[in-house]
Amino acid sequence: MDYLNALILLLNYIFVPALAYGSQLAIGAIFVTLIYGILRFANFATGDMMSFGTMVAILFTWYFQSFGLSLGFLPTALLAIPFAILFMGLYMLIIDKFVFKYYRLNKSPPVQLAMVSIGVMFVTQAVVRIIIGPSDRRFFDGEKFLIKANEFKEMTGLNEGLAIKSTQVITIVVTIILVSTLFWFLNKTKTGKSMRAYSDNEDLALLSGIDPKKIVMITWMIAAILATIGGVLYGLDKSFKPFTYFNNMLPIFAAAIVGGIGNPFGAFLGGYVIAFSEILLTYAYKKFFMYVLPESMEPDGLIQLLSTDYKFAVSFSILVIVLLYRPSGIFKGKIL
Amino acid sequence: MRKNLNVIAAYSIMMGLIILVGIFQSWNIALSIFNLCLISAVMTMGANIQWGYAGLINFGIMGFTALGGLAVVLISVNPVQEAWSAGGTNILLSLFLVIGIVLAVRFVLKRYQKSKIRNYIIAAIIISGIIIIRLVSEPGIEAIEEVNPARTGFLGGLGLPIIFSWIVGAFFAGGLAFVIGKVALGLRADYLAIATLLISEIVIAIIKHEDWLTRGVKNVIGLKRPAPYEVNLQETEWFINLVEKFNSGKLALISDITERQAALNQFVIEGSSVFVKLCYSGLFLVVVIILLILTQKALYSPWGRMMRAIRDNEEAANAMGKNVVKQHLLIFVLGSAIVGIAGAMLVTQDGLFTPGSYRPLRYTFLIWVMVIVGGSGNNFGAILGGFVVWFLWIEAAPIGLYLVNLTTAGLEDTHFLKVHLIESVPYFRFLMMGIGLLLIMRYRPKGILPEKIEIK
Repeated sequence: MDYLNALILLLNYIFVPALAYGSQLAIGAIFVTLIYGILRFANFATGDMMSFGTMVAILFTWYFQSFGLSLGFLPTALLAIPFAILFMGLYMLIIDKFVFKYYRLNKSPPVQLAMVSIGVMFVTQAVVRIIIGPSDRRFFDGEKFLIKANEFKEMTGLNEGLAIKSTQVITIVVTIILVSTLFWFLNKTKTGKSMRAYSDNEDLALLSGIDPKKIVMITWMIAAILATIGGVLYGLDKSFKPFTYFNNMLPIFAAAIVGGIGNPFGAFLGGYVIAFSEILLTYAYKKFFMYVLPESMEPDGLIQLLSTDYKFAVSFSILVIVLLYRPSGIFKGKIL
Repeated sequence: MRKNLNVIAAYSIMMGLIILVGIFQSWNIALSIFNLCLISAVMTMGANIQWGYAGLINFGIMGFTALGGLAVVLISVNPVQEAWSAGGTNILLSLFLVIGIVLAVRFVLKRYQKSKIRNYIIAAIIISGIIIIRLVSEPGIEAIEEVNPARTGFLGGLGLPIIFSWIVGAFFAGGLAFVIGKVALGLRADYLAIATLLISEIVIAIIKHEDWLTRGVKNVIGLKRPAPYEVNLQETEWFINLVEKFNSGKLALISDITERQAALNQFVIEGSSVFVKLCYSGLFLVVVIILLILTQKALYSPWGRMMRAIRDNEEAANAMGKNVVKQHLLIFVLGSAIVGIAGAMLVTQDGLFTPGSYRPLRYTFLIWVMVIVGGSGNNFGAILGGFVVWFLWIEAAPIGLYLVNLTTAGLEDTHFLKVHLIESVPYFRFLMMGIGLLLIMRYRPKGILPEKIEIK
């Protein structure tokens, strides 16, 4: 019984939150990796593009709510996502046309494109803050919990409760659908294959008649889908604040590089690597050991490897270690 | 003279703008902008050495700035004796343990050949070392943080004059840069950018949360000053006389004696803060000028030529027998050390150390905008970039407000759009920076004052 309690404890505080957080990071990391693989630059505007998409989704959510439209127990924001994706895609294409295209056609070094993306970052940040303001916003509605901790305790008769938030389930389900569709698209369809070819060897791809304009446009559209959905899922689960989104860029980059930048599947797994290590290393295991060990050996301290303040630092340290020993990432990068 | 005309013109326009602020807003604002411009100029010089001379991307400027600030605390604050006696031994012991671990790892690395077992041994040393250090330091840290937590709760510093800390800040930042350089300089340019960005976040996390060392988010306030205090100045005889002399014209107009005395007091109060700011400006100017002379000399020395050769063609420079790795490391350390000086200057000027205020946008990306806008590879350009961008960063809000009022002049004052826009005026600075950066990169990719290489 004690072991079961310990297991539920870990599920409740580590596994489920890490899975949800990891999914959010994974989507962002695939976004970074796609841009890096096909457009060939590190996009420092990642976090702010995600916050732009989320902002549009929030505005649509408010609009729908204003005339009483809702999805019952699901959050209204899900309904707003397609519209937000449209706006996000439009925004990205406009930016590409006025900013990135020039450097791409001139074959500028990736560093210059990265610098340009910093300019885009500033502009996007300003746009988001001017339109919706810098404050914290919650836009979640509908049923909050799928299983409440109390209900679970009553149902099973255990000491530990397992609470599953509906946003966590939505995050995981949406991620599975989104990522599997994306991989199917990249591996099975003709357009997806040509994208991979373009990423692998640009000149060869051009020789075999692949239209670069089309590839770039499709990449931005996929990026828009990923950015918006990733951002909305994070916002639903936690809350929307432009500054947090900007900061989220850092673990997302870590996930993309750990997984091997340019490799979407690596980025997907990288998200979970980062999320799990962040939570595993900063969780206080005192209660867990109280269940598992006999009473005489109960620990005094919190048995916490690192204080929660160092959450971000954990993922960055992992990144540094990976960069040192396997600069191309755990799953060989730059293949797509 | 002729060929430097654009430099002179650009700088005179910049000084003219600051003087205009002084006339139309107040001299206090103008001087505080000027001081921060000088500090920004030092930071951009550091970044410019790395990017402009050697083509190294350092997105960790925030981390080096914060380390410079930390140096100020560790040097100038008076030591907290109680805290030292409570937990000093544990901390010192941990310090020796850290050194021991580093030496042990070095020993293993030198002694044994590259193999899997060696990696495991190193990992084992580091992990067990960390566990031992935690066990040793934990009681010490707790004891230190319990010593009068509302006012101290940290070890304090050495109690030395604050100017020393500028040099120590350079050493701190340089030391960190050495470690980062050893680890990350072999990486490709954009990987290096991301790695330094994340490492600087780690540095900030440590400074924020190790309360025994830095007081963390509780901030350290009331640091020593290299300049006189306003309150003391207002009571000093010569200063009052000086202010009286300066404003004698205005004072003469007032006939009533009590009124004249009140006016004089007002002038003294204003004058004292201007005077203090002028002191800082003097100090900062000295630093900027010394650094400028040194960097200019370096740029036109054989060493500078070699750095440009490495930047423009690494393989060729390597083939000519230049040690690229070593030179990259050297320049990374030098540039970061300069940024460290700037960080120390910043904290000195503010008189307080607030770890929570270090944000990558302000301390990393903004500095990069300065370097790119000013002109990378050109020291005068970098300094000008610091001035222009900081000036715009501060004056963006008034300019934005003016623009908003101009464009929405047709709307009523209570119209929701106008109210909303006026509320979001502070964010126009981001827009201005972004658009400025994009325009410069597109139409003048070498910056306002481009790099000029004279061949003699």
